[in-house]
Amino acid sequence: MLKEAEIRTFVRGVTHYFETSTQQAASVGSPYIVMDGKPGAYDYTGIIGISGAREGIVYFTAPRGMLTVLLMRMQETDTSDANIMDLVGEVANTISGNARRDFGQHFAISVPTVVAHDAEKVTTPHVRSFVIPINWRTHSAKLVVCLE
Amino acid sequence: MSNRAPGEQPLKLMIVDDSNIIRRRIERSQQIARLQVVGAASNGREAVELFRRTRPDVVTMDLTMPEMDGVECVEQLVALNANVLILVVSALADKATAVEAIERGANGFLCKPFTDRQLNDALAELLSEA
Repeated sequence: MLKEAEIRTFVRGVTHYFETSTQQAASVGSPYIVMDGKPGAYDYTGIIGISGAREGIVYFTAPRGMLTVLLMRMQETDTSDANIMDLVGEVANTISGNARRDFGQHFAISVPTVVAHDAEKVTTPHVRSFVIPINWRTHSAKLVVCLE
Repeated sequence: MSNRAPGEQPLKLMIVDDSNIIRRRIERSQQIARLQVVGAASNGREAVELFRRTRPDVVTMDLTMPEMDGVECVEQLVALNANVLILVVSALADKATAVEAIERGANGFLCKPFTDRQLNDALAELLSEA
């Protein structure tokens, strides 16, 4: 189960990512718990497997519109599906990797797995997940943290 | 005949990252005039092959990659050329990972996400060792 301080690590990771990558802050809503094993997903989801000190997954999920604008803010002109999938995986990887600042090096992260256009395929290994709502410009996304 | 001082000779840069976006971002954002990109690889194994062919002087290296991770790749590149300058560019933000990469032969560490300025500052600091 995640402690409050551990949730703050991921909240900081989200805000730091948007501030640094886009120079436009994201606002983070109040994190909440989902108990039915279905935290939900948008068009694209980047999933990082966690092993070692903790076990589970962290995923970042967002609609295509948000990811397209995010790419453009990063001066990337190629907004193809391949690059959108690359981006959603990279966001998940960066936020999860940054969490090692607090969790330590034994918080092992996998390379990203990306699910596109099939939200039903996004599943969690445990029924209980924390959801961090993200608002950036006019878009909504979320980071889901499901750790044993 | 070039009248550049030896310290101003062009240096070959290889970019290693499993993200196409990050590879393109580094290529686009780096503003160091001496650096000329000679290639990019998406995993450690590709990087070793490309390194043998292009003999870069400077490498930016991701750590979490498929096939062969960045730490192992750093070790193999240093074995091929002990003078190569390697800047690790990774999201892994714990100190132990940075220390391990340096111990294996990397020369600097830049944490993702990064701004253009942070990238160029890190590359300039790396080149000050050249």
